[in-house]
Amino acid sequence: MTAIGLYNYWIVFFLMMAGLYVVIVSTNLIKKIIGLNIFQTSVFILYLSIGKVAGGTAPILADGFSVYSNPLPHVLILTAIVVGVATTALGLALIVRIHAAYGSVDEEIIYRNEP
Amino acid sequence: MEAIVDLALLTLLAVLAVGIVRLRSLFGAAMLFGIYSLLCAAIFVVLDAVDVAFTEAAVGAGISTILILGTLSITGAKLEVRHARPLVPLLITTVIGAALIYASIDMPLVGDPAAPANLHIVPAYIEGTATDIRIPNVVTAVLASYRGYDTLGEVTVIFTAGIGVLVLLGHSRRKRKSARES
Amino acid sequence: MEHHIVLRVVAKMLIPIILLFALYVQFHGEYGPGGGFQAGVIFGSGFILYALIFGLQTTKRVLPAKVVHIMTGLGVLIFAGVGVFGMLRGGNFLEYGVLSADPVAGQHLGIILIELGVGITVTFVMVSLFYSFAGYRQQKLQPSVTGQGDAGGNAP
Repeated sequence: MTAIGLYNYWIVFFLMMAGLYVVIVSTNLIKKIIGLNIFQTSVFILYLSIGKVAGGTAPILADGFSVYSNPLPHVLILTAIVVGVATTALGLALIVRIHAAYGSVDEEIIYRNEP
Repeated sequence: MEAIVDLALLTLLAVLAVGIVRLRSLFGAAMLFGIYSLLCAAIFVVLDAVDVAFTEAAVGAGISTILILGTLSITGAKLEVRHARPLVPLLITTVIGAALIYASIDMPLVGDPAAPANLHIVPAYIEGTATDIRIPNVVTAVLASYRGYDTLGEVTVIFTAGIGVLVLLGHSRRKRKSARES
Repeated sequence: MEHHIVLRVVAKMLIPIILLFALYVQFHGEYGPGGGFQAGVIFGSGFILYALIFGLQTTKRVLPAKVVHIMTGLGVLIFAGVGVFGMLRGGNFLEYGVLSADPVAGQHLGIILIELGVGITVTFVMVSLFYSFAGYRQQKLQPSVTGQGDAGGNAP
């Protein structure tokens, strides 16, 4: 597994930048939320890559296995996933209300319609 | 063998991310996002994170996609309109990405058992789960017992999100019926 | 969606299995992958599938909105209650060793109870989120009619 070297991290940074690009460039609010979720999942892969141990197995104690992957990042990311879905739900609810108030989910049209 | 699977899945993920960025149809982007979450779950299994893969498959490919589709159906949005010029954001993200890759040269290799993250308190957690708590799943033991306070905070966060959405979108009670009767 | 007989029949066969699997994942969280969060999401997905196929009104008769709102609070209450109970028995907040005579049994009891609290909260929050989104859409489409209409699910 150490043959991978740093490839995991480079893909993670590429995904992070893709998510960031979508958030900056896109004027559609729903697309921004999707970009934010891409950013979040890339951070999850970063943490789990740091915790992976070559030759280890999933952190469930069993006879015959002595090397386990690091369980601490798993716990942190479990929390992060659930918090991520909570913030996504709230963001989407806000988008629904913005649409009801301004008539569109596109940023430019909202700025134009603002009194 | 594991390395080849890991490489292939991660490359596929990068291609999928480019697809989501380039796609103008919002429904297509939502569907690709569901596939992206499922692929992430597969990568998590290769990285030995089975609990996390379970949660990501259920939450990412299930709940998140349903909520995005619900928002699309309520707002009726179909296509993303391209206004802005992409040159400056592209430059910014390239510079930040290059800086991150330069910083990653000092990081320990993936899979290194002597990495600092695997050394300090983690052996104590694994030992303690074997002797003090005696349940096989170390992640549940750490989540529920050693880091139980964080889990309480997390449950409160998801509860607050549920209340927040209730406040924003209403709970569609029969208010109008009573208004009609009065 | 009730017109699609294949969907209806398959859903009627699958939904009990989904709910049973969610219970399995909840109680086997200590022995394999699983636990409160995964079980809660799967359980909520079972109810959401039912609402997608058979309509929001039918689902609200099966699982009223009031019950959903009360149960979300109940889960957090169970979790925090275990913590406070530990304090009443002389330990610190969320200390499981004092819950029972044997510290290991106390740990097991504490873990089972809080995973239950987590599972209950996550299940009913997911169902509540779906009710909010689908109910808003239904009210937007039929603003003068309340409590009526079938197939008001989430078909985009």
